[in-house]
Amino acid sequence: MASENAELRKLADEQYKYGFVTAIEADQLPPGLSEEVVRLISAKKEEPEWLLEFRLKALARFQEMLAEDHEPTWAKVDYPKIDYQNIIYYSAPKTSPEVESLDEVDPELLRTYEKLGISLEEQKRLSGVKVAVDAVFDSVSVATTFRDELEKKGIIFCSFSEAVREHPDLIKKYLGSVVPYSDNFFACLNSAVFSDGSFAYIPKGVRCPMELSTYFRINSAGTGQFERTLLVADEGASVSYLEGCTAPMRDENQLHAAVVELVALDDASIKYSTVQNWYPGDVNGVGGIYNFVTKRGACRGKRSKISWTQVETGSAITWKYPSCILQGDDSTGEFYSVALTNNCQQADTGTKMIHIGKNTKSTIISKGISAGRGQQSYRGLVKIGRGAEGARNYSQCDSLLLGDECGAHTFPYLEVGNPGATVEHEATTSKIGEDQIFYCLQRGLSEEDAVSLIVNGFCKEVLRELPMEFAVEAQNLLAVSLEGSVG
Amino acid sequence: MLEIKNLHALAGDRPVIKGIDLNIAAGEVHAIMGPNGSGKSTLSNILAGRPGYTVTQGEVRYAGQDLLDMPTEIRAREGVFLAFQYPVEIPGVGNSYFLKTSVNTVRTHRGEEELDAMDFLSLCQEKMKLVEMPGELMDRAINEGFSGGEKKRNEVLQMLLLEPKLCILDETDSGLDIDALRIVAGGVNAMRSPDRAMLVITHYQRLLDYIVPDHVHVLQDGKIVRSGDKHLASELEAKGYGWIGQAE
Repeated sequence: MASENAELRKLADEQYKYGFVTAIEADQLPPGLSEEVVRLISAKKEEPEWLLEFRLKALARFQEMLAEDHEPTWAKVDYPKIDYQNIIYYSAPKTSPEVESLDEVDPELLRTYEKLGISLEEQKRLSGVKVAVDAVFDSVSVATTFRDELEKKGIIFCSFSEAVREHPDLIKKYLGSVVPYSDNFFACLNSAVFSDGSFAYIPKGVRCPMELSTYFRINSAGTGQFERTLLVADEGASVSYLEGCTAPMRDENQLHAAVVELVALDDASIKYSTVQNWYPGDVNGVGGIYNFVTKRGACRGKRSKISWTQVETGSAITWKYPSCILQGDDSTGEFYSVALTNNCQQADTGTKMIHIGKNTKSTIISKGISAGRGQQSYRGLVKIGRGAEGARNYSQCDSLLLGDECGAHTFPYLEVGNPGATVEHEATTSKIGEDQIFYCLQRGLSEEDAVSLIVNGFCKEVLRELPMEFAVEAQNLLAVSLEGSVG
Repeated sequence: MLEIKNLHALAGDRPVIKGIDLNIAAGEVHAIMGPNGSGKSTLSNILAGRPGYTVTQGEVRYAGQDLLDMPTEIRAREGVFLAFQYPVEIPGVGNSYFLKTSVNTVRTHRGEEELDAMDFLSLCQEKMKLVEMPGELMDRAINEGFSGGEKKRNEVLQMLLLEPKLCILDETDSGLDIDALRIVAGGVNAMRSPDRAMLVITHYQRLLDYIVPDHVHVLQDGKIVRSGDKHLASELEAKGYGWIGQAE
């Protein structure tokens, strides 16, 4: 057991590879939150009056909640009080962020993305695997690739700010329609100060021919990142969307409070995958990102489908519940999640499946891995509305413990309002088996490979849901080699 | 190949091995028989390097090296193979992926080139025939949902693929019906060679009808109390383990 623990600790102590800082001049507002700051952000982005009003309403509500001390405390996470006046709410690379082509992007920035393994230039050139990338650096979207090709199909994929200018009707129609500005504490803060993010619209009957992807990077010190993503799949449309995130290593905690809204109309399908690798803090829990994110999808149309897949390995604290509102009859919601916590990381994550329409289906597969002193909770709500005749849910929550200083907790909530519904829940907790490790060692594998193999096997049901382009990154993140096991 | 000298060991904090001396030369097949609790499985676990056992006295040399000083995975790469009595299940990890990883790790250690997917597949198919192993077992997770017989065939298949120098078979006959026993023994016999030593641990003589040993040892209360040739096994079967105690 002693050597096993040592090995696990070594794995758990794997260094954070993305901890560099890019030396780039930033245009920043001073720290602090006020009406003036919100107005400045809106003005910098040359926003229309209605959007400024949306922000100001959110700010007013947030200030009320702050005054009434409404910061959520129900999650099983523990952190010192955040001083919201000490955060920088807007930071942008000084070089003009609005660029026509990659040639105009600050080369320093492009190098940053290359270090992260996402070469935007490469992506433009390679025609093999196509992924259209929108890269968000601190608060501003810096480059979107493959725009022209997507436009031919009528697909809109651009930064949120650009969408506000060029497609105001769509934004006005859908912004806040899934996550209202007053939804919760962090969503409310985001609604007031969000800086940028991605927008995609897939028109009727169009299958998006490539993966759409956004890469988020926090660079500047003392800044919060508040991006906003809105995805709309019109009738019969389908899209697969990927999201990745990294940040430099810093001793302070940085706040990331994003909002993601998805809308699927009749027969539309959206697959949303996240590989979250924000800086988790050091071995002793100093630094790291607070990842307080609201993600929700609305299956508004009949037979629509929204599928969330997430691999969460980063952040000091994760507070995140990607959810589905299954409004349309025969609509489907899915949630596949792997969350790994080690050292002092804490994660309280899960999903909400709200069944409103008839014959709606949902599947929840959650795999939690705790190592070091990591603490992790699955928190999920399955709600079957009165009219959700024939609704079905299947939930499976498995936890794997590595070592004996970590913890795993499961909080399932069920509210069944219709007797014709079927709800199943299964949960397991297991320790990584000494017998399994010995078996692997006896066949010549190193202890590190053995642990990777077992962890990877444990997560397989979720990993196979990831698009190929992301699967590799996810497996590496879990320190797992899958070579040859597929096919 | 294997020299055990005056070995004493604890399982946890309980003395289980109380002075074993045993030499196995390349090309020989030795059987260790004994009643439950005599220390048979403890011996195989110590040789393979399972955690939880403490050697208090004596030494074990393998191919001229101090075996007890080698980490578990190095013993495996150097050619020590344990066919488990209860092979463990590893959910979600493909059997063929696992075998390929294992084979290539051992090949790399020996300075041989890794096998690519095609070469591995054809090697695997050849060896699978020897143990009449159904192909679909390769696509399943390691031992998950395998029957007792399928698990043991999978063990012998791994042995065939890894070509170890010292094969330790821990109660390989347990849970096998007579057909499965014949198949598994066939696989083991195919491995007999002048460069290879085998240690067959069993409670019953019936396995030794199929894998005929050169030497038979009887283990009782952590010590070898009698050694002989293959006839000792039949004698034991006829008279029972109690007979040895009386004879002394």
